[in-house]
Amino acid sequence: MQTKLTINAQAHTLEADTRTTLLDALRFHLGLTGTKKGCDHGQCGACTVLINGRRINSCLTLACMHDGDEITTIEGLGTPEAMSTLQRAFVEQDGFQCGYCTPGQICSATAMLDEIKAGWPSHVSDDLLADPDLSDIEIGERMSGNLCRCSAYPNIVDAIRDAAGTDSA
Amino acid sequence: MRPFDYLRAASPDDASAAAAQGATIIAGGTNLLDLMKHEVVAPDTLVDITRLDLGGIEQTDQGLRIGALVTNSDLAADRTVRRDYPVLARALLAGASGQLRNKATTGGNLLQRTRCYYFYDTSTPCNKRDPGSGCAAIGGFNRIHAILGASNHCIATHPSDMAVAMLALRALIEITGAGGDTRTLPLDDLYVLPGDRPDRETVLNPGDLITAVILPPPAGATQIYRKVRDRASYAFALVSVACVLDLQDGKIAQASLAFGGLAPRPWSAKALNDMMLGETPSDALFERVADHLLAKAKGQGSNDFKIPLARRTLIAVLHEAVERAQP
Ligand SMILES: Cc1cc2nc3c(=O)[nH]c(=O)nc-3n(C[C@H](O)[C@H](O)[C@H](O)COP(=O)(O)OP(=O)(O)OC[C@H]3O[C@@H](n4cnc5c(N)ncnc54)[C@H](O)[C@@H]3O)c2cc1C
Ligand code: SF4
Ligand code: FES
Ligand code: FES
Repeated sequence: MQTKLTINAQAHTLEADTRTTLLDALRFHLGLTGTKKGCDHGQCGACTVLINGRRINSCLTLACMHDGDEITTIEGLGTPEAMSTLQRAFVEQDGFQCGYCTPGQICSATAMLDEIKAGWPSHVSDDLLADPDLSDIEIGERMSGNLCRCSAYPNIVDAIRDAAGTDSA
Repeated sequence: MRPFDYLRAASPDDASAAAAQGATIIAGGTNLLDLMKHEVVAPDTLVDITRLDLGGIEQTDQGLRIGALVTNSDLAADRTVRRDYPVLARALLAGASGQLRNKATTGGNLLQRTRCYYFYDTSTPCNKRDPGSGCAAIGGFNRIHAILGASNHCIATHPSDMAVAMLALRALIEITGAGGDTRTLPLDDLYVLPGDRPDRETVLNPGDLITAVILPPPAGATQIYRKVRDRASYAFALVSVACVLDLQDGKIAQASLAFGGLAPRPWSAKALNDMMLGETPSDALFERVADHLLAKAKGQGSNDFKIPLARRTLIAVLHEAVERAQP
């Protein structure tokens, strides 16, 4: 089955079996191996990418369902020479150990900060209608879909808080 | 995953017609694809409904109409829902993760399947997956299983948080059938108990497409959703309580309770609500409500703790609701 995808602002035509998840399409058909496979069942967040700006688990969606969609992966957020604010903050704060969960963490955090800007509440927000703050508890809750086997959580939270600060400054 | 044909529905009728002929509807895919990967289900054909015009949240004469394709994140972020139906926003935000909520849809969430470990493990007997094969959870590991409404054939729980809040809000669901006819049904009437047919979970017929959920006009009362689980986030409920409660002159003027994690379906009982109406809140009253809820509760071994946990959670929620409802 043929599917047209725009990935990191580049048009791609994918020819693949209907069973192909978006994750497998990225890694095995298009050679974009920045996106990682952890559990393949929506339980770890390693495969997080952005579809039309929103974070999703690419292991739990079919590539063929995304004909015409715009996908951003870690490769599209920045490069080693020109890192995004969050990518730089993860390096500066040492927000990883093995690095396996990192692409998912950074894609997830990128969209998460947009959700906060849009005023979305979270499970730990006291007031559903107030503008959310960026406390460590809020960051932890909003990032709970991204597990880190190395437990680099404290530094991940620091990196996200830093990036958000830089962003709004 | 087994091979399948993929169709993209052009209209709701088209989707219903395909489903009536055996195709499986796919929306967010977050539950269905998980089950297909484990080959718990192996559809020959998927009919993708995500391009249909079934989104949008709008005020109607009947109440707030939520399209079946509205994502769990859009619904939780909707200002009307946050203001008038906070129990629903809270339940949604307590479920899954940011990524999953961006994909999960209103219709798919209602129809998600149980998280029973044996249902997922195709090497074990399971009457829900393979009718007549037995139930590995009875006498097995059943920490997450039901204490109410179960049968000798299946003790699985329904995993949804959203549905519990919608049940407390007395939601209606709108369905388009294979013949193109549309009907509405109280959400309470959607789910059936397992009995000797645990593979049958709802009253829906082949070809039925959920098109919307309708929430009656806001109750204006204190609304609480409390979820107790094994970790603070990103885990299914062991016990959850949705509560809509209002006081007038110190007496309970409105009460609607619903429960998750306890039963094969989102659980509620009219008698529980009725026994509180007109009463002055008290410890004794809340104990009686808990006694009534749990009168027929039956533990299965590893889930025995759910009986006291449900009691304590319910009583704590009622106390909090009364405190918040005081003028
Ligand atoms: C790791 C993980 C954690 C989770 N945690 C929670 C949690 O804490 N709380 C919670 O409530 N949920 C949780 N979920 C479940 C999640 O909420 C559901 O997977 C999701 O809501 C299903 O919606 P969907 O649109 O992706 O459904 P799909 O997977 O697309 O479909 C589910 C079922 O519904 C049917 N269907 C879908 N739409 C329609 C329609 N309009 N009409 C008729 N039939 C339809 C499909 O045929 C299928 O059988 C979790 C999931 C995962 C993977
Ligand atoms: S509890 Fe239900 S779903 Fe779980 S193994 Fe038994 S029959 Fe299957
Ligand atoms: S690989 Fe997708 S969530 Fe783990
Ligand atoms: S850095 Fe190793 S899994 Fe997160």
